[in-house]
Amino acid sequence: MNVLGLYNYWIVVVLMMTGFYVVIAQNNLIKKVVGLNIFQVSVFVFYISMSKVKGGTAPILDPGIQVYGNPLPHVLILTAIVVGVATMALALALVVRIRHAYGTIEEDDIDAQEEEP
Amino acid sequence: MRGNIILRVASKLLIPCILLFALYVQFHGDFGPGGGFQAGVIFGSAFILYALIVNIESARRAVPAVVSRVALALGLLLYAGVGVAGMFLGGRYLNYSVLAEVPTTGQHLGITLIELGVGITVAAAMITVFYVFAGEER
Amino acid sequence: MIAEHLPALQVVIPLMAAPLCILLHRASGAWFVSLVASWCSFAVAVALLGQVQAGGPISYPLGDWAPPWGIEYRVDMVSAFVLVIVSTIGAVVIPYARASVEREVPSDRAYLFYCMYCLCLTGMLGIAITGDAFNLFVFLEIASLSSYVLVSMGADRRALMAAYRYLIMGTIGATFYIIGVGLLYMMTGTLNMADLAERLPAVAETRTILTALAFLTVGISLKLALFPLHLWLPNAYAFAPSVVTAFLAATATKVAVYALIRIYFTIFGGIDVFETMAVREVLMGLAIVAMFAGSLVAVYQNNVKRMLAYSSIAQIGYMVLGISIASVTGLSGGIIHLFNHALMKGALFLALGCVVLRLGSAHVRDLDGIGRRMPLTMAAFVLGGLSLIGVPLTVGFVSKWTLIQAALERGWWPLAVIILLTSLLAVIYVWRIVEVSYFRPVPEGAADIAEAPASMLVPLWVLAGACVYFGARAEQTVTIARAAAATLLGVSP
Repeated sequence: MNVLGLYNYWIVVVLMMTGFYVVIAQNNLIKKVVGLNIFQVSVFVFYISMSKVKGGTAPILDPGIQVYGNPLPHVLILTAIVVGVATMALALALVVRIRHAYGTIEEDDIDAQEEEP
Repeated sequence: MRGNIILRVASKLLIPCILLFALYVQFHGDFGPGGGFQAGVIFGSAFILYALIVNIESARRAVPAVVSRVALALGLLLYAGVGVAGMFLGGRYLNYSVLAEVPTTGQHLGITLIELGVGITVAAAMITVFYVFAGEER
Repeated sequence: MIAEHLPALQVVIPLMAAPLCILLHRASGAWFVSLVASWCSFAVAVALLGQVQAGGPISYPLGDWAPPWGIEYRVDMVSAFVLVIVSTIGAVVIPYARASVEREVPSDRAYLFYCMYCLCLTGMLGIAITGDAFNLFVFLEIASLSSYVLVSMGADRRALMAAYRYLIMGTIGATFYIIGVGLLYMMTGTLNMADLAERLPAVAETRTILTALAFLTVGISLKLALFPLHLWLPNAYAFAPSVVTAFLAATATKVAVYALIRIYFTIFGGIDVFETMAVREVLMGLAIVAMFAGSLVAVYQNNVKRMLAYSSIAQIGYMVLGISIASVTGLSGGIIHLFNHALMKGALFLALGCVVLRLGSAHVRDLDGIGRRMPLTMAAFVLGGLSLIGVPLTVGFVSKWTLIQAALERGWWPLAVIILLTSLLAVIYVWRIVEVSYFRPVPEGAADIAEAPASMLVPLWVLAGACVYFGARAEQTVTIARAAAATLLGVSP
């Protein structure tokens, strides 16, 4: 259980926190969406790395092969990726409409416009 | 991009191959890696490439927005319909074994139809999303 | 044959209605399809509740893949009850939608509105019926994505920002949820809820499980707008089209509360998370703060939709409080409040929708004398308001009474006092509206406005009537909720 042996978790955690930070700290609506995407991808990496079995091959039945990776997380993540794509498309569509309505995609400017009247 | 001859020629060669590859991924999905999601995205990307290289109007003539919208709905209906068909033939929802006399044939039929539904919907969704975004005035 | 397939039909009917709406491409046709779909779902849900009451839990393996490998739909008392709540609201709201959508949504988008409504209904029914932790995530996202679209269809441009913020928060919540599920899968190798419940006690002591529980709690709390994760809710409810506000306020947070109940009492059913993992302290604390903060902020709101949205946050506090007490009475109090709050918030927001239809505004300053101009609408609003306060003979009383009983059973009398105090805050904000609408003169020169059309008044009065009916005859709901709570806690009722 050394620190380096758990490197996949480190990647996941770093990606997750990067994404999360971008979502919180960025002012630009598109950048927020990008951050959200990074955040989601970290979870995909988490699932995929968890399905790896040491010494296992791709889960396609074949005589002579005993150890397979776990295919289920891949299937789950395929679903999650599709959900992620739908979320991205929807988020971008919303940003386009926000830009039409406000003429900007900076959150501060939008808030400022809302406070004026 | 009218003047960009390399792009035009290259994509002219590529697009049929992309479409063919999409069909391969689609219908080979029950023997090897592949399936409706991937095939749909590949299929949709061929159209998007065409629209980017030539122009969006010709792409709209090839696949009008109405067609992609109807395909979007029909794909989902096909998926759900196969499930319901299984129900009428005596299995549970989405049980493919009852779709034909021999269970394995039924499973084959079921998975092919389901993946076809997924493929149609995903391809149509990709094209529709592209049309909507590309139709934006600058 | 149909009786056997009801669990699948519950989800498939609205799912198939959605593409039909797109194919028809006309507002009236799409409306009719969603009407048929929601009424069919309602019939199915009632039939399922009957089956469960008669013969115990139903398990429906999709595609005949036996659980725990395949996805299983599992209907027990709790899920049947939630199915009935969601589909009732769906069935009541959709006749109302027609006139309201015509006014608030551009006509070329109306068919998309109904398509999204059907998908949203599918998602929520799916959350309530599924017995698979990952499948729950998929349905959660179906419901959420469609509700982002529904919110963004509001006429005000602020609806767009509200939908965007809702999307960001909702997606973070859903992603937290799958992290939690992933951690559970790592430790147990299963995603079926019943199977998880069996395998979790063996690994309960590990830090991974504790982390999973934290992720699941935070993720679902974002979806159900538990204080302090409620920031998306007020604007989303205030700027969405009126029908959407009524529909989401009555159902979306309820199914999230249901998901929370499932996590604590089914997935973690083998471990007493409330005693061993400090869940109680966290939940109860946040619930109490939500009850106070939500009600207090509601008092100061001038947009009535926003006011009711903040009051929703307080009401969610009551439900979570019921969960955190974790006794049969407490949990049943939470479950009853799920039902009762759906009825009263549905009625209140529908009444408000009628006002918006005629006045074009839900601002307090425009409501002067509205009680005399739209007597039927405002009478229903008052009934809903009384329920919100918890006046005897309304549904609000039943749930608060049960919660107070549960607090006293445990000997936590300060909790009972807190419930009473927050009810007093509800009196203040409901009274503000009553005062404005009945005791202020109609502004001079105001245009004559008619009562809302019958297609909107009938659904409104169905819900308002239900508030009184189930308040006066509480035995039915209390019996079902107690049975549900008892199954969850694994004791006899």
